[in-house]
Amino acid sequence: MLDSKIPGGTLDSKWTKYKGNVKLVNPANKRKLEVIIVGTGLAGSSAAASLGEMGYKVKAFCFQDSPRRAHSIAAQGGINAAKNYQNDGDSVYRLFYDTIKGGDYRAREANVHRLAEVSTNIIDQCVAQGVPFAREYGGLLSNRSFGGTQVQRTFYAAGQTGQQLLIGAYQALERQVALGTVTMYSRHEMVELVIIDGKARGIIARNLVTGELERHFGHAVLLCTGGYGNVFYLSTNAMGSNVTAAWKAHKQGAYFANPCFTQIHPTCIPVSGDHQSKLTLMSESLRNDGRIWVPAKQGDNRPANEIPEEERDYYLERRYPAFGNLVPRDVASRAAKERCDAGYGVGSSKQAVYLDYAAAIQRYGKAEVSKRNLGNVAPDVITALGKEVVKEKYGNLFDMYAKITGENPYEVPMRIYPAVHYTMGGLWVDYELKTTIDGLYALGEANFSEHGANRLGASALMQGLADGYFVIPYTLGNYLADDIRTQSISTDHEAFVAAEKKASDRINTLMSIKGNQTVESFHKRLGKIIWDKCGMARNAEGLKQAIKEVQALKAEFWSDVRIPGEINGMNPELDKAGRVADFIELGELMCLDALERNESCGGHFREEFQTPDGEALRDDENYMYVAAWENKGNSWELHKEILNYEIVKPSQRSYK
Amino acid sequence: MQHYSMNLKLKVWRQKNSHDQGHFENYDVKDISSEMSFLEMIDVLNERLIKEGHDSIAFDHDCREGICGMCSMVINGQPHGPWKGTTTCQLHMRAFKDGDVITIEPFRANAYPVIKDLMVSRSAFDRIIQAGGYVSVNTGNAVDGNAIPIEKDKADDAFAAAACIGCGACVAACKNASAMLFVSAKVSHLALLPQGEPERKQRVVSMIAQMDKEGFGSCTNTYACEAECPKEISVMNIARLNREYLQSSLSGS
Repeated sequence: MLDSKIPGGTLDSKWTKYKGNVKLVNPANKRKLEVIIVGTGLAGSSAAASLGEMGYKVKAFCFQDSPRRAHSIAAQGGINAAKNYQNDGDSVYRLFYDTIKGGDYRAREANVHRLAEVSTNIIDQCVAQGVPFAREYGGLLSNRSFGGTQVQRTFYAAGQTGQQLLIGAYQALERQVALGTVTMYSRHEMVELVIIDGKARGIIARNLVTGELERHFGHAVLLCTGGYGNVFYLSTNAMGSNVTAAWKAHKQGAYFANPCFTQIHPTCIPVSGDHQSKLTLMSESLRNDGRIWVPAKQGDNRPANEIPEEERDYYLERRYPAFGNLVPRDVASRAAKERCDAGYGVGSSKQAVYLDYAAAIQRYGKAEVSKRNLGNVAPDVITALGKEVVKEKYGNLFDMYAKITGENPYEVPMRIYPAVHYTMGGLWVDYELKTTIDGLYALGEANFSEHGANRLGASALMQGLADGYFVIPYTLGNYLADDIRTQSISTDHEAFVAAEKKASDRINTLMSIKGNQTVESFHKRLGKIIWDKCGMARNAEGLKQAIKEVQALKAEFWSDVRIPGEINGMNPELDKAGRVADFIELGELMCLDALERNESCGGHFREEFQTPDGEALRDDENYMYVAAWENKGNSWELHKEILNYEIVKPSQRSYK
Repeated sequence: MQHYSMNLKLKVWRQKNSHDQGHFENYDVKDISSEMSFLEMIDVLNERLIKEGHDSIAFDHDCREGICGMCSMVINGQPHGPWKGTTTCQLHMRAFKDGDVITIEPFRANAYPVIKDLMVSRSAFDRIIQAGGYVSVNTGNAVDGNAIPIEKDKADDAFAAAACIGCGACVAACKNASAMLFVSAKVSHLALLPQGEPERKQRVVSMIAQMDKEGFGSCTNTYACEAECPKEISVMNIARLNREYLQSSLSGS
């Protein structure tokens, strides 16, 4: 039976009450307790810094050459917090409610409320670290709006919010390295979890430079390893982002929850050809000022600028007048797909829609004219002033678009199309962020918790930092308080020896296949299966077929993959092979999960279950649960965590 | 935008590990689309090398959207290649034309040992940050985010300096392999903000000391760093760094 260990009491008192009663570890004992943290994105860096500050002995691992490179760095738009600095009706409850509703009623109320509560502390902490958030002329923090909300609660640093937040956490982490509380292992990848007497007690890590396998003990292990979007091959994730650490944990007993809940982000730069290695996101903040449209006529090949206003279909504004271009991501993505599938797409591939800044440039231009008291000016002056304002707000995004496509977005509308961006699913965790393996925790995108079936914009950064700065420092102590008498276990222990052998056997097997096909080619094929059959729209028939195809691909991989180079030494192809092998197995579970969930909700859209006007049709009576999958070797067993909504009354999500 | 296809000659630095001497290897690549990114062009070559039974070319890369700072490479003598304000991963093949010869080398500096082929170690940068590139504030210590108003211009300048991605192109571009642009960006970011004020004097001295210890060269004001920086970090930061350093030294802390 899954116990989410949600504390008693009213929703808004649970976290306070928990903190008041949680077990503590005294400073002398903290110095004796070792904690392993895998991954150094926002969740991992903030946890490593905070736990180091508290006095724990922390070992942090990342596969990149420096902890500052983790993919949190690429988050553009911003971070939400219920500060209500804009006096526009925001509150902890409002942020909680928006997140629950945005997640299509598939997240835990207690976790989400806690997230909303600590959101305000995150902003304070980051400002204190020197994170240069955008400010108004009065010197105070600036806010912008984001999809799925009607208040302005998003804090940002131009289009580089993730970068600035991660640099803040990274600097805090490096400070602890200097103080000796954190030891950093860069260019290391976790390849096995070590369990002793039912508790996570360490990891086997591969030194990616030398190829050596290393044993590391920890009283507890924290996985802060991000999401699994790269299962689709093409995604906005970094090339190295992978599921391997989480998958090793899953195969040793950690349940994997809601794997089919993946987020397809509506505003990405479209695919240009077969050579494409990854996709680039254009921040959702662009939907604040940009208008999304397609030609009203099918197969209209005229350049965008030649299509008159009345022959354009601003389909989001038409279908969702209340939220317009700011509907949540899943809704916006599906609407784009619907238009393209119906033959209204633009660009050479016809798999794109326009994101147009012409109106915003005029609006800002006119505002500048009146602000500067310029009186009657020529239209090109208005346009030039408007472009200046847009450049200040979104300049780096526009530059990025121009570099990739060779087109100037100040002159012609951008072409965008949805792409895989975030994974709401992940390792199942309880209220304390603990997985079903004792002593093993999952933080940030690696866990399944706060976003339900769809994540709202500017909430990933919030969750990563909430988990690392303000949740794990309390909940980990509650576990370690009972572990103060456990001496460090020698890495000569048989469990370490066995785990290392398992990892080494697998590497040897991979290298000895010496087949004919490259790792990359398998990854591409896997991505195509999952994108076509478990992507923006799914159906039972397709999913059943996908499972068969993935199983066949797995067999083919293990008999025909070719990995060049050697085991001892830097070998990026070998690293990639291990990750792709795990993605293949995860791919099967995703399809299984999507097949089992006979409803549509959030990012999971089953074609069989939709309202007459094409919206997602939930089945609360039968599917209001978290699907937590237990690995049984070659199959999986489903465990259900029933979601109880005490405060929010689930209804059909409407943004009309 | 007109797309085209091209054939190229590549001269790529191959080096098995840090002990190996290394050498250039020539490769012909065919039918490269102008729409590809530079790294996708190398992906295509690597796929071919693997199929032919050779070891692929090792290079650092991760986000491929110009923000993580992991990609490096000196392309035809320029760190991150010919486009201004652009990382290698954002460089696209339309920068080249049919028949071009492209020379690809790792970032070269004493403080950046080669790991393999085009991959170098830049961990010296992490150690410089450890020396003082932070504000000493533990989690939970913070006051309200709006308690201290910050002049917009200052906040903007701090942000411009903080935009550094720590890729190390400044070092690779400098004939002295100086890390002054990197260090000055971090010192400026924190010196411009009231939160960085309490440790301002100590920070600059410690970070400079670590920079020297790592074996980076001196700055002789050629501004090659600014010219090659993919985030266009200004050399004005170096002027600020020198000022900060002088003031700290004079005040004897």
